Amino acid sequence: MEKIVFYILALIMIVSAIASVSSRKMLRSVIYLLFVLIGVAGIYFLIDYNFLAAVQLTVYAGGIIVLVIFSVLLVHHIEMELEMAQLSKKILTGISCLIGLGLFLFIIYTNDFKVVENSKTTSVEAIGRGLLSYDSGGFILPFEVISILLLAAMIGAIIIGKGDKLTKNDDTL
Amino acid sequence: MNITKNIHEWLFSLMPATTASIVEMVLIAVVYLGIFAVAGLYLVLLERKVAAWFQLRLGPNRVGYQGLLQTMADALKLVSKELTGTIKADKFLYNLAPYFVIITALMAISLFPFTQEFQAFDINIGIFFLIAISSIGVIGILLAGWSSNNKFALIGAMRSGVQTISYELSVGLSLLTMVLMTGSLQLSQIVEVQKHGWLIVQGHIPAVIAFMIYMIAGTAETNRAPFDLVEAESELGAGFHTEYSGMKFAYFFLAEFINMFIIASIATTVFFGAYLSPFGITENIPLLGVFWFLIKTLAIIFLMMWFRWTFPRLRIDQLLVLEWKYLLPLNLMNLIIMALMVLLGLTIQF
Repeated sequence: MEKIVFYILALIMIVSAIASVSSRKMLRSVIYLLFVLIGVAGIYFLIDYNFLAAVQLTVYAGGIIVLVIFSVLLVHHIEMELEMAQLSKKILTGISCLIGLGLFLFIIYTNDFKVVENSKTTSVEAIGRGLLSYDSGGFILPFEVISILLLAAMIGAIIIGKGDKLTKNDDTL
Repeated sequence: MNITKNIHEWLFSLMPATTASIVEMVLIAVVYLGIFAVAGLYLVLLERKVAAWFQLRLGPNRVGYQGLLQTMADALKLVSKELTGTIKADKFLYNLAPYFVIITALMAISLFPFTQEFQAFDINIGIFFLIAISSIGVIGILLAGWSSNNKFALIGAMRSGVQTISYELSVGLSLLTMVLMTGSLQLSQIVEVQKHGWLIVQGHIPAVIAFMIYMIAGTAETNRAPFDLVEAESELGAGFHTEYSGMKFAYFFLAEFINMFIIASIATTVFFGAYLSPFGITENIPLLGVFWFLIKTLAIIFLMMWFRWTFPRLRIDQLLVLEWKYLLPLNLMNLIIMALMVLLGLTIQF
């Protein structure tokens, strides 16, 4: 049962990933990408990591894709189609993809993966405690660094968004 | 429940385990589709009746007793209608868009505990999953607006995106405020905590503030008046679904009402104790849980309809100012106050 679900998900993801890069309409590519991301969320659900799956849905499917769609809406018209790439570029991309895939498959087939016997669902509580604990194995430092990074990004966005207005106000003060 | 247990055993005795579980899933999905359709249709009727009442009219009263079959007739008409669309639309996305909206709504509805046992999918991240799912629904609206190749639809879709992304924050934060008291995201756990008093009573002042913010943001998320800029008739025709007709239009229309039901159900579950009866008066008849759940949900839906027929529409800048300058700071402050309250043990418990 789980195997079947996995193969269905994998098929959807591969097909839409290829469709995403080969489609000539920009918004369609974005939607195929959305299917790939939802597929990843499906895989997380399959391995019983619900929290990560929901994060995947909110952040990638709900957040980033919506932003991408927004930018497409602003710059792109429905009748426009993307240009076809030159043949030499196509060949180059194909070769680099094949090298990447080869490396990937080589690692997967040579590495000796261990099957985890006692799989259990990670609860939100455990994640929260892990994030905020300062004992060994705690993630308090990365957590704080990320929050400062986000704060900086937000302030930066406000500065860019306000632009001229902000400096003008400063002058009057 | 007993019936479902019997069906479950009967199915597993009839066929191998894998097929039986698939058949069971399909059956559950069909049942939920039924609930979905009936709820959607009758909410439309309720909306029209309430609107008529607020405007001193009679409302639909011809088809069936007191107009009870009116929306059924409307649905039949929409099903039999010809599907028209524009030639220059992006056909693939144009046809895909309604399904985004309707599937996310259907997925969300499976989480609610209608009674202790009547719950299809009790996932341990319950509320977070609901928020995640509802953030995908807006993609359907954006797609519909863009692929219609119509400027009104496009403007409607843009507004919808802006609105939903902004107000999602408030919905999430106000629910987070309540989660502080339950200590769990799982919906069945949240209801369990409320056996010692509904959360809105347990959390008193911050909980009431959270509820008010949740109702405002929830109304905005469902794109209903006074936040219906997405389909502001006087400026945009019908907004993002201008180019849709027949059943595809009906999908959007139904999804809007189901989303209202979902927002009200979340409020019922998180603030008003879901299927729990007031003061536990019918605690030994678990089946009455459905009744209490629906009563509370309908009361909140009525409140949302009341908003719609009372308040004038906001301008888009007012809408954004309301969210970012008032609701969000208020919400963050409320979250801290609630955290302090839980820490100091100031909640009321029976």
